[in-house]
Amino acid sequence: MDKVIIAENLTKKFGDFTAVDHISFEVERGEIFGFLGANGAGKTTAMRMLCGLSIPTSGKGLVADFDVHTQSEQVKKNIGYMSQKFALYEELKVWENIRLYAGIYSVPDKEIAPRTDELLKRLGFENERETLVKSLPLGWKQKLAFSVAIFHEPKIVFLDEPTGGVDPVTRRQFWEMIYEAADRGITVFVTTHYMDEAEYCDRVSIMVDGRIDALDSPKNLKNQFKANNMDGVFQQLARRASRKAD
Amino acid sequence: MAILLILPILMLVLFGYSISTEVKNSKIAILDSSNDVATRAIIEKFRNSEYFSVKKMVNNPSEIQDLFKKDRLNMVLVFGDNFYENLAHTGNAQVQLIVDGSDPNSAKTIVTYATSIIGAYQLELSKIDKIPFQINPQIKLLYNPQMKGAYNFVPGVMGMILMLICAMMTSISIAREKELGTMEVLLVSPMKPIYIILSKTIPYFVLSLVNLATILLLSVFLLKVPIAGSLFWLIAFSLVYIFVNLSLGLLISSIVDSQLVALLISGMVLMLPVIMLSGMMFPVENMPVFFQWISQIIPAKWYIIGVKKIMIKGLGLSSIIPEMSVLLGMGIVLVIASLKNFKYRLE
Repeated sequence: MDKVIIAENLTKKFGDFTAVDHISFEVERGEIFGFLGANGAGKTTAMRMLCGLSIPTSGKGLVADFDVHTQSEQVKKNIGYMSQKFALYEELKVWENIRLYAGIYSVPDKEIAPRTDELLKRLGFENERETLVKSLPLGWKQKLAFSVAIFHEPKIVFLDEPTGGVDPVTRRQFWEMIYEAADRGITVFVTTHYMDEAEYCDRVSIMVDGRIDALDSPKNLKNQFKANNMDGVFQQLARRASRKAD
Repeated sequence: MAILLILPILMLVLFGYSISTEVKNSKIAILDSSNDVATRAIIEKFRNSEYFSVKKMVNNPSEIQDLFKKDRLNMVLVFGDNFYENLAHTGNAQVQLIVDGSDPNSAKTIVTYATSIIGAYQLELSKIDKIPFQINPQIKLLYNPQMKGAYNFVPGVMGMILMLICAMMTSISIAREKELGTMEVLLVSPMKPIYIILSKTIPYFVLSLVNLATILLLSVFLLKVPIAGSLFWLIAFSLVYIFVNLSLGLLISSIVDSQLVALLISGMVLMLPVIMLSGMMFPVENMPVFFQWISQIIPAKWYIIGVKKIMIKGLGLSSIIPEMSVLLGMGIVLVIASLKNFKYRLE
């Protein structure tokens, strides 16, 4: 299988502080890769480097075969991104948000209308086309934000704590969307706080103090750490941390 | 929220020190065709007054117009021929006060000071000779013969509105994107940061042009303040000022993360000094030296001076070169600082 993310000794220093300390991993196409770590462990910084937002101090990162440092433009074209705030324009209508992001990601004009119809149908949002995003329920916003993030059919989608503040039922539905995307061949790179969600991932990496201390499938990790669930694994690793959460 | 604690201090100090309608050290020049005992005595009084500083003695009436343009004089005192002779023989003499009326408030004050100095001399003379001498000051207001307040506040309002629209709205709208998280998504997108910045500033640029047009139309047709100089240079000069304020807005937005702070900074920290220190309401010349220094870094101050020169006094481009260069310089520094800061935030 082809590897869509390759990190080799990826490091980011802010002055004397090493936020990300020589991390190396590979993510395969269509994989759901969970990126875990306590607050301040460095996962946001690592993700920002992979998204081409932050320049690595040393080491190498390849995303969709492009170097995150020297080819960040190309990297950005091939990824989708969804933050914990869902980041839709609240005072724009549903279709306007789709139109805006489609334009930003240069989806060809003539494809936008049919794909918008298809998207709204799949989400069951046909009647919400003209609705302002701010009047949508939180769970719907989240679904829409995810659909918008993969509207341009990126190779990889980065999800930064996408389910924050959402109830468990909606979270479950959201994960179904993630599986669908992965089935279509979109690689999903997801950070989360929820350990039950970590169980849904194909593989999970856990960052502690800027390093990746564990990386395997949830099943293997539980065996390795002799824990009943991912929370047990995480607690054991988190205890090693010397760095304070910010 | 240190700003909430600093605000009352800032306001009190500003109001306490900068508001004063006193005008000290007005720059004057004197044309003395008589050069006799009376005129010399009066000139001496002007020299000794803290309200005036005599910058020049003029020999030829034709120089006067130029002096106002070049030396930013506030007033020229003109004594006709045979001043003392007229006074001694007819008991009547005339002196002309030519005053820069583009700031009506200062002009009024200066005229009052000048007439009271002349009046004092008249009184002294009357005491000695017991004859009712009469010195008539004739006042001539340059640029603003009707002493309209609009001549002063139109440039002031232009300076304020353009700053408000450009600096405040730009910084708030970018801070808003940061708050909503949409800025982050835009930064991850393939769109170049410079396009993000441009697309956030262009709406306010257009808006400020509409505002500029509205203000100019209203002032010409409603307030009857004519545009004495070149409309082209007035607009060009305003564009430079708009550029300065847009960059200022960008700089603010690159520092702050929330709309509230952006509003407080641009609304209070920018607005207040502009109102108080730009010369819009209170003449900068009489403020304590410290505030005069601060006023130097307020773009609105330079803009208002420049607009008065072009719009009210009808001077040409050459007269606003200093203001134009200061504003251009400020704009370039601000835009570089904000772009650098913006990039830094991406790291």
